[in-house]
Order: sequence, then C-alpha cells, then structure tokens
Amino acid sequence: MSDISSRGYANPDVLVSTEWLANNLNTAGIRIVESNEDPLLYPSGHVPGAVQIDWTNDLNHPLRRDYLDKAGFEALMSKNGITNDTTVVFYGDKNNWWATYAFWVFQLFGHTNAKLVDGGRQKWTQENRPVTRDVPSYPATSYTAPERDDATIRAFRDEVLVHVKAGLPLVDVRSPQEYSGELLHMPNYPQEGVLRGGHIPGAQSVPWARAANPDDATFKSAADLRAIYEGEKGLSADDTIVAYCRIGERSSHTWFVLTYLLGYKNVRNYDGSWTEWGNSVGVPIEK
Amino acid sequence: MTNYPPKLAELVEDFAGITDRNERVEALIEIADRFDTVRVPSEIATKPYAETNHVQYCESDAYVWALDNPDGTIKFYFDVLNPQGLSAMAIAVVLDETLSGAPLEQVAKIDTELVFKLFGKEISMGKGQGLMGLIAMVRGAALDRLKS
Repeated sequence: MSDISSRGYANPDVLVSTEWLANNLNTAGIRIVESNEDPLLYPSGHVPGAVQIDWTNDLNHPLRRDYLDKAGFEALMSKNGITNDTTVVFYGDKNNWWATYAFWVFQLFGHTNAKLVDGGRQKWTQENRPVTRDVPSYPATSYTAPERDDATIRAFRDEVLVHVKAGLPLVDVRSPQEYSGELLHMPNYPQEGVLRGGHIPGAQSVPWARAANPDDATFKSAADLRAIYEGEKGLSADDTIVAYCRIGERSSHTWFVLTYLLGYKNVRNYDGSWTEWGNSVGVPIEK
Repeated sequence: MTNYPPKLAELVEDFAGITDRNERVEALIEIADRFDTVRVPSEIATKPYAETNHVQYCESDAYVWALDNPDGTIKFYFDVLNPQGLSAMAIAVVLDETLSGAPLEQVAKIDTELVFKLFGKEISMGKGQGLMGLIAMVRGAALDRLKS
C-alpha cells in the first residue's frame, strides 16, 4: 500500500504506519494500546511496550449496557499510565475493528490525541516485526476526563427514529445477508439474539470491511473510499449520518473512515444497533 | 463433569480452580502452543480442505478430521488456517489430548459449555460460538459412529 500521506485522506495524521510504530516504540509521551476480539492474542505476543485495553472488561459498564463512565475512564487511563497529554496509538486484530471501537470510546471522553496503526496487528505480524509476551507496567497517572459526551458521535434509538423520519442518511455496515434480513448475525456467527431481521428504513448497505485492503488490513485510499460511499451510495461530506451494525463495533470502523479519512463532520455511531432496533417494539424495519 | 473422560475431567477441574483471568489466559496460550502436535498431517489431508471438515461458526477457519482407531475409538486431527486463531488452536489441543482414544459414549456427551469452563464467561459471543462449533464437530463424529 502507498504512503499514508499520498492517499488523499482528510486527516492523514490520525494514521501511523507500522514502520512509524517500529521507530517510536520507546518515544516518550506515547502509549501503544492493543485492542482485540480474541483475548488470547495480546498475551500471546504484542508490540513491545503495548498495553491491552479489552473491549469487554475495560470499556463496557460492568452492569448496564453502556460504556464506562468518567470515573471509570479516568481509572483506566491512570492504570495504563496515560496522561491527558499522552498520544495513544491504537492497533488490533481484524482490520483494526476493535481498535477503532476503543478509539471511538476514547473520543466520547475527548481524548483527541489518538492515532491508529494502519494495518494493525495483521500488518505488524506479516512484516515479522518484533512481538513480546512481556506485559509492561507504567506508573499510575492522574488523568482528568470530562463527562462522557453522548451527543456528538453517539446516537441513541430515539434519536435514530427522528433521523429516519427526517429522511437523513444511515449506513448499515453489516453483511449483505444481515441487511436483507436473511441472517440475524454475521455469516458464520450464530443466528440468535434478535427477533426481527432487516435494516433501518433508508439505510444504505456498505459492509464495513470494504474500507480495508484484505491483503494487509490497511485502509483504502480516499479516492477508493469516496468511490464506495459517495459514488455508489451518494453520501457527501456535508451529510448528517448515522452508522450502525449489530452492537456498534463494526460501525465504529466506518465512523472512523467517514470522520477521519474522508473528513465528514457529522457522523454518529448508533451502538444500540441491530440488537436494540431488531428487538424494539414498533420501530420501522425494511427488508 | 463426572461424565467427562478422565483426562478432560482433570483439566476442567484444574481450570475451575483458576480465579485469575491472566492465569487462565496464560494456561490457554500454553495449550495453544502445542497445536503443531494435533495439526492434520499431509498424508491425511492437504489444502484446500474439504468443506465437510470445516467447522461451522468458526471465523478462524478451523477444520476437524476424525479417524477410526483399530479399537473403535477416534483419533482427532485439526487445522486452524488463521494464524491468529489462538483460541481455536487451544480448544483443538484440548479436544485431541483428552478425547482422542476415549470411549465414544463419553465423547458423544461432551457439552459445548466446555468452552466457558475453559475460557471463562468473558469470551465474546462470536468467539465462543466458533469454539462450540469445534466441540460440536468432535461430538458429532462420535455420535455418527454410535448410530451406525
């Protein structure tokens, strides 16, 4: 894949290459964060110096279906030696799927000093770069977070209903079979947990992984991404958009692409997504 | 647990005693590190593998082979095509080390809850179901033989 700077992204600085990461493993003021679906991956070998932030245990509220609160985020930052000024560099498995999810949660708390490793764990290991099983320990920090901002980049069900009634665009990033209602979960995953299949009325289908190159998990160029989201689906940078999937993780990847790589200003991730919408009484559904 | 073959019952009991998540993960990685010992040899299967050996629901692209031993028991082999499919590798090693050569009646009763007994309740739904698919393939091989 070409250099990040030559791909025409609106915010190229949000991405760093694996080479950049290799050259900055010991740079002060940087904290490398791995976030995966498979809990065995980080302990089996990770980028030297990286800490793990687990989407289940670290980012979710222990009881409610919600994210951690201000105090929880501050404690998580402190535990991982992250200050308000630390540049947090995310990477993870599956095209950075879970890394963008963690990145999105960090933005709920305004930690804008954040970057993503283009290609993530897949590219790092494909290039035979060093990994270690040593789990680092960093001195606890004092981190002050604002209250979680649930308005700017997060959408709730009732807001999505208003969005639908206004005829505003949505992006359904699930598989085509989930979009059509044929399946209630990703292909090869169990078909459970949702009572109705289909999609939110008006939603365009753009499976999330189309934004990534399958060979090395890097992001496609801005021109290729525009061809998908704008050429095929008619979206534009001025649109107010809601992205959703099943629980809001795949759509965080699309939120990242639209917001940072294409420079869209008004994209929200509906984390209730299909597990909420497809179980809700009386909401409109299309097939 | 009492219905498990002795080797599996012992392993499940060991894991039941692990309360620390990191300790559990380390134990599973140690098991996954032995995956080459259960990988299907080339004289039995070569890529591309038959779809009949493919494990349903497993995103790590796992495959299972069940070969008949002379004493009527089964020898299991596996492959996991995703090099980062460590959880699938770990469960494959467990299944071979504890169920290959075990009485078919016991293999046929293995429950998919075994995933949670080994991996804990925190495992994601998608990942857990993939691992259950591996167990279901192994159990199915024993059930097929008992029916015939």
